[in-house]
Amino acid sequence: MTQTENSVQDHASEAADSAVVRVLAPDGSLAPSAAAEPYLEIIESLSDAELEGFYRDMVVIRAFDRQATNLQRQGQLALWPPSLGQEAAQVGSVRAARPQDHIFPSYREHVVARIRGVDVVDIIRVMRGLTHGGWDPTDPRNGNTHIYTLVLGSQTLHATGLAMGLVFDGKCGTGDPERDEAVVVYYGDGASSQGDVHEAMVFAASYNTPEVFFLQNNQWAISVPVATQSRSPLHKRGEGYGMPSIPIDGNDVLASYAVTRVALEEARSGAGPRAIEALTYRMGAHTTSDDPTKYRTSDEELSWVRRDPIARMRAFLEARGASSDFFTDVDAEADAVAEDTRVRTMQLDGIPRNLMFDHVYSEPHPLVDEQRQWLADYEASFEEGTS
Amino acid sequence: MTAAPGTAAATAAADEAGIENLPISRALNAGMRRALAENDRVLLMGEDIGRLGGVFRVTEGLQAEFGERRVLDTPLAESGIVGTAIGLAMAGFRPVCEIQFDGFVFPAFDQITSQLAKFTNRHEGALQMPVVIRIPYGGHIGAIEHHQESPEAYFTHTPGLRVVSPSTSNDAYWMIQDAIASADPVIFLEPKSKYWQKGEVDTRARALPLHASRLVRRGTDVTLVGHGAMVTTLLQAAALAESEGTSCEVIDLRSLSPVDYGPILDSVRRTGRMVYAQEAPGFTSLGSEVAATVMERAFYALEAPVLRVSGFDAPFPPAKLEGAFLPDADRVLEAVDRVLAY
Ligand SMILES: Cc1ncc(C[n+]2csc(CCOP(=O)(O)OP(=O)(O)O)c2C)c(N)n1
Repeated sequence: MTQTENSVQDHASEAADSAVVRVLAPDGSLAPSAAAEPYLEIIESLSDAELEGFYRDMVVIRAFDRQATNLQRQGQLALWPPSLGQEAAQVGSVRAARPQDHIFPSYREHVVARIRGVDVVDIIRVMRGLTHGGWDPTDPRNGNTHIYTLVLGSQTLHATGLAMGLVFDGKCGTGDPERDEAVVVYYGDGASSQGDVHEAMVFAASYNTPEVFFLQNNQWAISVPVATQSRSPLHKRGEGYGMPSIPIDGNDVLASYAVTRVALEEARSGAGPRAIEALTYRMGAHTTSDDPTKYRTSDEELSWVRRDPIARMRAFLEARGASSDFFTDVDAEADAVAEDTRVRTMQLDGIPRNLMFDHVYSEPHPLVDEQRQWLADYEASFEEGTS
Repeated sequence: MTAAPGTAAATAAADEAGIENLPISRALNAGMRRALAENDRVLLMGEDIGRLGGVFRVTEGLQAEFGERRVLDTPLAESGIVGTAIGLAMAGFRPVCEIQFDGFVFPAFDQITSQLAKFTNRHEGALQMPVVIRIPYGGHIGAIEHHQESPEAYFTHTPGLRVVSPSTSNDAYWMIQDAIASADPVIFLEPKSKYWQKGEVDTRARALPLHASRLVRRGTDVTLVGHGAMVTTLLQAAALAESEGTSCEVIDLRSLSPVDYGPILDSVRRTGRMVYAQEAPGFTSLGSEVAATVMERAFYALEAPVLRVSGFDAPFPPAKLEGAFLPDADRVLEAVDRVLAY
């Protein structure tokens, strides 16, 4: 048996595992797993507007994500890592966060970033090769969303350090849910093998940080199936480090929302770090440079199309009587966001060459200053035709 | 007879003809295939190198041919890859590790610089470390952060490591085999922007030993030295200089540690002038080292100080600025003008 067959089997059986929190069945019917029982009260308390909001978030960001993929194909971006298929895991978890919480994405959390207020064109600017950062996490408009980290797993340590700071500054565990802060950090099944992630969990547990480790297990790290990273379900890792860890159906936005909400409340209240493993699927390519047909079967891909998070939520809302006007309106908004993305991407300018010397240091540095001047003079020599 | 390049059939065909026209990526592939076939202790290990054949397809087909125990799709952890390669070497294997991109070698930095590099020394020679670490490096591919860096100086600064970089298909084919055959750890830097550059590979005999530098173009006025993708830029600069009446000699360093100074000093003694070019930032770089050594050893032959052309001393910028960051033929020529104006 090849590794891939192995992994698909593992995960089919894992998804069937009653320990996995699932509220909606793949066909959208309300069918809570045993593990979902403690969360049903939260889900029942959600208003129609909130439920519809989850759906709207997912549809709109998928349209944006598709647009970005197309823009890459048209040569407008260097690369695009699609979030396709992972919308429920991301929408549910980030909607569960409070404005004062801090969010550390990896590089595929477009859904998360947008919901926290980041302008999606700022993500485009990163992938177009105009900036390494894209947005300012200290600007309140970005909802405490830190920038993408491309070196896998590094951000889990940064998140943990920031969460340690919250502990040291008494910004959690005061008992005031309006004030207490927490941190959510996103990472993938591949990244979970990096030493940094393990060290982050050690520090988090040791300092009892207000933090949720949110693992999106999308089954693949480029061409490598999750079975290569772990022979036991990944959520068990968190437990090994001493934090409660919960597997969820990552394609069920309600499960993602409710479980993250509880984990964050516990973390904020001072109960320490929590881990969540969202079982989901990267429905698209790893990035626009990748060709998944080289390593996975279309049968496998199809089996996950049947578990599409958006179709599932739509069926649920339809059964609850959401109006067709609502769905039309969401589609229109999605189209508008995609179109706006395209228009604003085409309007993006180049960047001044001197930008590469800015912010290398916060204080003046003679070598950098000298080279900035050298480049300016060098370029001027061409303009004057004296070179 | 037209067997697919680099396949077993093509290799067999080439054994008769002796010459194959291959891009660098396929030449590396053919070199590794031959090393795997000749020594069953050779292992390839890395992220996505098996089923996918690597993100640059350099190891394509090798897992299918040699199996999952010879070509390993490892868990995603660079420290793990290099650290276990050390243990595998202790068990008598010859691991060839692939790091997916230059910027992702640093999680393995401790294992490379404090462990791998020092193992033989710490064991007073009782253990050898025949480990190769292949790293696609350098810019010119318009990629996002951490995918375009030139980290060679960290490794050339580390005693115990050998560091090499081929710039042609023939060198790629032979140097990877020589690196695998070396009893010491070798950092094998692959100029990723040249993976698709084609060239003749003579599969019968190596042209040069692993640690030799090579004169690639004769000239009389200025010696240009560099490695990897920069060699192409130097040749472009030399062609442009020629049209302006300046004759440049070009040397491909090939081996970054140790440096083979013979051909460089020879050349400088004839030209009296030298420019070193590199993509890496210039401060405490390989170019600094070579320039200093040439000035120490050929001082009386020099008509001008050795000049360096480098990436700026700033983080590798967003892709849209790489053209301004990386030395191109014009920047090399600017230095040629200066070195001639002395
Ligand atoms: C330290 C490091 N090594 C290698 C890479 C190259 N790389 C980028 S994404 C990726 C796979 C990541 O898989 P996973 O963590 O599961 O996240 P996903 O891409 O599936 O969201 C690899 C190997 C990297 N970015 N960082």
